[in-house]
Amino acid sequence: MIERIEQLRAEAETAIRASTTAEALEELRVRYLGRRAELPQLLRGVAELEPDRRAEVGAAANRARRALEALIEERSAELRGAELQARLSEDRIDVTLPGTPPQPVGRMHVLTATSRELEDIFLGLGFTVLEGPEVETVHYNFDALNHSPTHPARARTDTFYIRSPQNGARSAGDRQAADRRSAASAPRSAAEELVLRTHTSPMQVRAMEAHPPPLYVVIPGRVYRPDSDATHTPQFHQIEGLAVDEDITLADMKGTLLAFARAVFGGERDVRLRPHFFPFTEPSVEVDVSCFHCEGKGFLSDGSRCHLCKGEGWLEVLGAGEVDPNVYSYVETTERNAPGYDPERVQGFAWGLGVERIAMLKHGIPDLRLYYENDLRFLEQFG
Amino acid sequence: MRVPLTWLREYCDPGLDAKGIEERLTMTGTKVEAIHHHGVGNPERFVVGRVADTQPHPDADRLRVCRVDLGAGAGEGAATIVCGAPNVAAGQTVAVARPGAVLPDGNELREARLRGVLSEGMILAEDELALGSGHDGILILGDRAADSQLLPGTPLADVLPIATDVLELEITPNRPDCLGVYGVARELHAATGAPLSPPPWAEDPGGEGPIGSRGAPPEVTVECPDLCPRFTARVFENVTVAPSPAWLRGRLMAAGQRPISNVVDITNYVMLLTGQPLHAFDLDRVAGERLTVRRAREGEQVRTLDGETRRLDPEMVVIEDAEGPTSIAGLMGGARSEVQPDTTRVLLEVATWNGPNIHRSSVLLGLRSEASGRFEKGLAPEQCMHAQAVATRLMIECSGATVLNGTIDVGGVADSGAQPHGPMIRLRDSRVRGILGMSVPVERQAAILEALDFRAEPAEDGLDVRVPALRRGDVAREADLIEEVARINGLERLPATLPKRRGAYGLLSPGQRLRRRAVDVLTGRGLYEVVGWTFTSPSLADRLRLGPEDVRRDAAAVENPLSEEQSLLRTTLLGSLLDAARQNSSRGMGDLRLFEIGTVFHPGAPGRSGNGGARGRPSGTGIDEHRSLALLLAGRLHEAGWGAGDPPVADFFAAKGFLEALVRALRAGPLELAPAAEPFLRPGRSAAILLGGEGIGWLGELHPLVAESWELQGASCLEIDLDRLVESAIENDRRSEGYVDLIGYPPLRQDLAVILPAEVAAGEALATVRAAAGELLNDVRVFDVYTGPQVGDGRRSLALALSFRSSERTLTDADVAPVREGIVAALRRLGGELRV
Repeated sequence: MIERIEQLRAEAETAIRASTTAEALEELRVRYLGRRAELPQLLRGVAELEPDRRAEVGAAANRARRALEALIEERSAELRGAELQARLSEDRIDVTLPGTPPQPVGRMHVLTATSRELEDIFLGLGFTVLEGPEVETVHYNFDALNHSPTHPARARTDTFYIRSPQNGARSAGDRQAADRRSAASAPRSAAEELVLRTHTSPMQVRAMEAHPPPLYVVIPGRVYRPDSDATHTPQFHQIEGLAVDEDITLADMKGTLLAFARAVFGGERDVRLRPHFFPFTEPSVEVDVSCFHCEGKGFLSDGSRCHLCKGEGWLEVLGAGEVDPNVYSYVETTERNAPGYDPERVQGFAWGLGVERIAMLKHGIPDLRLYYENDLRFLEQFG
Repeated sequence: MRVPLTWLREYCDPGLDAKGIEERLTMTGTKVEAIHHHGVGNPERFVVGRVADTQPHPDADRLRVCRVDLGAGAGEGAATIVCGAPNVAAGQTVAVARPGAVLPDGNELREARLRGVLSEGMILAEDELALGSGHDGILILGDRAADSQLLPGTPLADVLPIATDVLELEITPNRPDCLGVYGVARELHAATGAPLSPPPWAEDPGGEGPIGSRGAPPEVTVECPDLCPRFTARVFENVTVAPSPAWLRGRLMAAGQRPISNVVDITNYVMLLTGQPLHAFDLDRVAGERLTVRRAREGEQVRTLDGETRRLDPEMVVIEDAEGPTSIAGLMGGARSEVQPDTTRVLLEVATWNGPNIHRSSVLLGLRSEASGRFEKGLAPEQCMHAQAVATRLMIECSGATVLNGTIDVGGVADSGAQPHGPMIRLRDSRVRGILGMSVPVERQAAILEALDFRAEPAEDGLDVRVPALRRGDVAREADLIEEVARINGLERLPATLPKRRGAYGLLSPGQRLRRRAVDVLTGRGLYEVVGWTFTSPSLADRLRLGPEDVRRDAAAVENPLSEEQSLLRTTLLGSLLDAARQNSSRGMGDLRLFEIGTVFHPGAPGRSGNGGARGRPSGTGIDEHRSLALLLAGRLHEAGWGAGDPPVADFFAAKGFLEALVRALRAGPLELAPAAEPFLRPGRSAAILLGGEGIGWLGELHPLVAESWELQGASCLEIDLDRLVESAIENDRRSEGYVDLIGYPPLRQDLAVILPAEVAAGEALATVRAAAGELLNDVRVFDVYTGPQVGDGRRSLALALSFRSSERTLTDADVAPVREGIVAALRRLGGELRV
């Protein structure tokens, strides 16, 4: 019996090892381990043996069965692996074909990107961002910014004026301004005349009327002046800054704008303040940044004159100054901004910079009009 | 303003070259815009010569061959020079350019054979030295050898202003005192510490009292002292009108003025030096020898020097004599009393005019001049006598005139009792430090102010400062004095510090963050942001086929537009998006995914329907402004690849997909789309975008006629009131209750296919399902639409994916069975039947 068991096992093991398909392996399993196969039959017959041989034969048969089961499982795994390998190696692609077109990627406009970058710099310096109306009153655009009644910037050649809404009656009762006027058809006073804001500065007084000091704000936005050539477009964008507190100095302004200049143009930049004149700041300065193209030298390594700063070594980037005390006197004190802005108690600085100009300098954009043509070949380069 | 450096150095010479002076002036507030070179290129090649003899040229009638003595000192000896001037003669002292000389036009002179005779230089005319424009003959420095003290061989530059650097300065409008060379010299003095010469008006050869003449002096009446605070006049006799001396001509030329005659040149020269314009009358041509300054009469016509007849109004000022107006005050003289070659008696007017009034007249009449540009900035009345003093000296020197002693002075100090200086202001040292953020020693403050002609006396907490007359208009407050100290002390000395920022922090508002998110979402999905013009054309409304009552026709109008095409403020972004689309498609880029965020302007009332109603930032202007977002898709949504089929095209649902992505990303809405017509959209493929039932925008495919107008094949577009959308997101966020457990109890998903009458909109079916389902329904979506024979004519099948969820337990089919029954019943009421 024992010999027969060993014989069967050896025979089966050889057959299993030689099998090449899952079907053949299954056949072998049925042949050697199936219900009617000899080995299970032998096992079932163990009970009929002499008691002293039962244990020996039963153990041998069981061993043989388990060994064969394990071997079949092992061979089966081998065969499955080989089959998968064969199937996979037949499934080939041309890896040199182009990929599926990627999800298209858009771009934000370079003016949005630049504006955001500048806002973020000032956010980091502790300023919040405000926005304001693009159609302004003469009061906020000029009067409250200490422009004399005859200041040339008020001229029709320098400022777009807006015809008063003809149909004011429709807005009566709904709008503050309409309320202030006794009748919708009443002519506006000179201060109430409407303009397209010529700068973001009108928001200085609006911001101070809406919030008490201390105030640290930047105001990005679109502004308008009647000019049109390669370096002027009738609309452009500015970022106004205003910091008002008890003790803000001109030195603080220099530090703030130095931080800005370095953030935008690189850590090695320097700024210089040149005295200038603006009606709504005193002292007033123009701010130059050392040229990042020639490292402020005015000439390049080959000895040629730097085209960016035109040999100056400095690039004019913005106008600024300490807020003129007269401006505070235009700030109405209400419960919103109490205690209001007393020029003997508060002081601060303001600046206005041109977004187009910064982007122009940073990216070498030669003509302002490109910003508004929206040619995709321009748009895809930035943002 | 152009300031010749040689002239400037006469009053203040800091021993710096042009670049050095530029740096100091620029850094103290007088910006040097450019440095020009005026005159000859290399003065050392120009010498004084004496014509020894002249011979006719053997081969040319008009040329003469001259022997010119160039002096022995420089080893020059004599030279042969061929000269074509008709006035050359032996014995003359002349200006000679030697070979290698660079003339003002940049040309270099070389030895040359002229008709066979070698010419070793050139005898110069005044234009060849930039001393005038004359080229009729050579410049004669002396007629006879005996008369001339000029020795041959003397460097010409020692004798004539033949070369100088010229600073082109930007003078800010608050500094009319710097519109003269002496004012700039004072700035240079303060900026460098170099000594300042006494003012050129320090000595006055004329007198200040009334004119005591043999006959009656001319009579001057000022009827409008508010517009003419001061009017001064002096009378000169025995005037000989002739060309000015070369030094004067040279300075005028360098400063950019053309020499005319000595009297006129003197008025220009004095203006350039003192900043105060002057006007010379031929007194014999002043009818009645009296002048009246008065307001013009309404519509009064005056014929000005340029031959134009100009209509005036009563805010304009004329000067008239016994025969009527001779000039428009401050702007232009009249031909009748102009100085002529035969003039012998001159009345020199120096007046102060009201600056803003001159500015107004100048703008309205379109008359601008060097004089009006100075007057309009508001000159100090004191400057009148400065100009009179300098002019008197020059009239005597250069025209041989005698001055009648005394000055006609209407509105002067004697009349008005005005202080001859500006106010006294206390300058607190603590305030200087407080504003600047650095200390400037009080003595230094005083020295700076004194250098600028202020008077500074010590006071207990700083200085008492007296403002000089010429700075009265600019310096009136302590802050103005601090600026003077700061700019001369040097802003480069300021430390760079940061504000203390008590309690301030930088943060974007929720709305600002959401708007940035909107840009990021759309660009991240392949859209390009464009920036269009606020200005739009009146023709846009017609091109968009807007109806006569459409609120988008009601646009705010620019009173003074650059062009008709830019005369309105836009009420929709669609126009600029279409312009951008055409810009690109006409250049072969027809697959477009564009969006814009911008302000639209509605002069009308809030709450109107149409373009998203009107809500925005209250500005008190009566014009509603809000941010709009618009999007345009054209062509294919992305490029074709080799594997997949045709890429999707820009249809209604493509645009809607972007809208849904935007709304979800912002967690805004919920929005609904309802069929609605827009004149510029294809009927049947256009919708209103509703928020809480109110229209806040539109979406659809472009009407073919509109597309054609922009030469497009077609496009799908949308526009939405971004401010409203963002507000809804902020409101949603405000109402949100924080974390919700969506993980603990998974949702139960079921599908439902229902055949409905085709006219039942999917949105209506979904709304019906939601209403019937109640709280357990988490989500319902349409995942398939089928029409065809299996569902019958006029009907379609919608396949709905339902998702149920409870926050208390895991739902079973049994839990949702009643809900599902309710849904089915509701759909039946819409005419639906379940598809099996």
